[in-house]
Amino acid sequence: MNTVNPVEASETSIAKIDPDQVKVDVRGLNFFYGKTQALKTVSVAIARNQVTALIGPSGCGKSTLLRTLNRMYALYPGQRAEGEILLDGENVLGAGVDLAKLRARVGMVFQKPTPFPMSIYDNVAFGVRLYENLSKPDMDARVEEALTRAALWGEVKDNLKGPGLGLSGGQQQRLCVARGVAVRPEVLLLDEPTSALDPISSAKLEETVTQLKADHTIIIVTHNLGQAARVSDYTGFMYLGTLVEFGKTDEVFTHPATRKTSDYITGRFG
Amino acid sequence: MADAALPTASRTARRSAPRGALMAKVFEGLCFAAATALLASLGGLVVSLIIGGWPALSKFGFGFLTTATWNPVTDVYGAAGPIVGTLVTAALALSISLPIAGGVAFFLTELCPAPLRRPIGTSVELLAGIPSIVYGMWGLFVFAPIFSKYVQLPLMTAARPGSLLEAMTSGIPNGSGILPASIILAIMILPFMAATLRELLLSVPPGVRESAYGLGATTAEVVLSVTLPYVRTGAIGAVMLGLGRALGETMAVTFIIGNSHNFPKSLFDSGSTIASTIANEFTEATSPIHTAALIALGLVLFLITFTVLGLARLMLRLQGSQS
Repeated sequence: MNTVNPVEASETSIAKIDPDQVKVDVRGLNFFYGKTQALKTVSVAIARNQVTALIGPSGCGKSTLLRTLNRMYALYPGQRAEGEILLDGENVLGAGVDLAKLRARVGMVFQKPTPFPMSIYDNVAFGVRLYENLSKPDMDARVEEALTRAALWGEVKDNLKGPGLGLSGGQQQRLCVARGVAVRPEVLLLDEPTSALDPISSAKLEETVTQLKADHTIIIVTHNLGQAARVSDYTGFMYLGTLVEFGKTDEVFTHPATRKTSDYITGRFG
Repeated sequence: MADAALPTASRTARRSAPRGALMAKVFEGLCFAAATALLASLGGLVVSLIIGGWPALSKFGFGFLTTATWNPVTDVYGAAGPIVGTLVTAALALSISLPIAGGVAFFLTELCPAPLRRPIGTSVELLAGIPSIVYGMWGLFVFAPIFSKYVQLPLMTAARPGSLLEAMTSGIPNGSGILPASIILAIMILPFMAATLRELLLSVPPGVRESAYGLGATTAEVVLSVTLPYVRTGAIGAVMLGLGRALGETMAVTFIIGNSHNFPKSLFDSGSTIASTIANEFTEATSPIHTAALIALGLVLFLITFTVLGLARLMLRLQGSQS
């Protein structure tokens, strides 16, 4: 047991980020599903225009952390968050926050593809129409841009009037990414976006993520450690509701600072 | 080897046991018989309606549907009054109750505070379980006087002579008539539609709702543009079933519609529906042609309901091919 990879004895190791680079600053976040505590004093700073991956075994709180950032949990009674989440310095957990506007700034793509029951074009235009009044040519351009960014344009450009639900699973997921980026959110949350996809679709989506970071701050939850290593600049490892380790992806994967992280990424548990 | 072979052999033997095969045959036979019995009874019903109604249909011809004279004394029967009464009350009832049912369903699924969800949901289901005759009595004894005093009379007083409002509100202000009957019908079909719509909205995958909220949509936008279109097939079905109930509802309507065979001229005019006419007159139909006319009315009601359901199917198919 003690012979493998000498690791520091410290319980957690959270790297600091240059304050100028911080887009989202989570401070002392606790989260409860009724009486069950799912997040325990999580504090982490997320860097602007970088990809941050959250890894960890099932039930460790990765998705919960993601769902606090756009307050998606507020749809369900009995779920509550304590602490602070600063988005460009504003606390999104504050009482007077307009949830619809917050969610337009912090977009989300889910584990399973969730196209709306409308055409491909309308799926992408849906979110844009909520906040912007674009002319037909402008909207066309926006839809094309979003679909291009999601690496789907080539496959659907002749079928924009076709139903979104008629696409294959991988295409549907990229449609959901297009729908998410079309509204130009500042932060894009990806909750295991490739878990339902085949390897080729996954690879395309990973490529998309890498391209998207030029304009968006991206946080991706994934069970696929290889994916985390490939796409992310920063990685956070969570375990039992605690953020155990956070740092540059290279360092977390090559020189993990804690034993738990080391055990997880070497496949010893989880 | 022998040890390994034994369980396999006994398992195979058990699977192909004659008892299981017999059971399967009996089961298939029973299912087939059930389906056939259903078809046979439907066919028998239609045939007996046609045979029973034929004397009236052959005597009055197409005029049975288009004339509004219904006179048991002279034995002249034209069903335009009840037919129009049926269609108008059902359409009015649907247009009153559909928005309310939608509102109840949306409130229960999206907006209702958790502690209120169960009580409201339960009371909706309780409403659906009240027998129609209770609605009828309530309509006649409680609703009609109130409606007459606070809706009918003020409207009639307010109407200027010659105005559209006057034409719409003419009639005896006793609280019975086409509109009161439609309102009672609306109350009756409301809980069923609300409960069905609620179930449908709950069946929308959480991810789809969350995605819509995740793009910054408000509750109204999520419901109207995403969850409602998502369940539109089922929603149309629910509406059609509600319409079917409104078309065929008998007792409550009989209590409050006024039971006049004349062609209804205004919203407050007395009228009748096919079902209320049959219920009122079947025991008193002494001449064969009167009985035949009532049975023919039944056939007409059957055809109307059949058409409504057929149109619903057609709409669903057209929508299905679009999306």
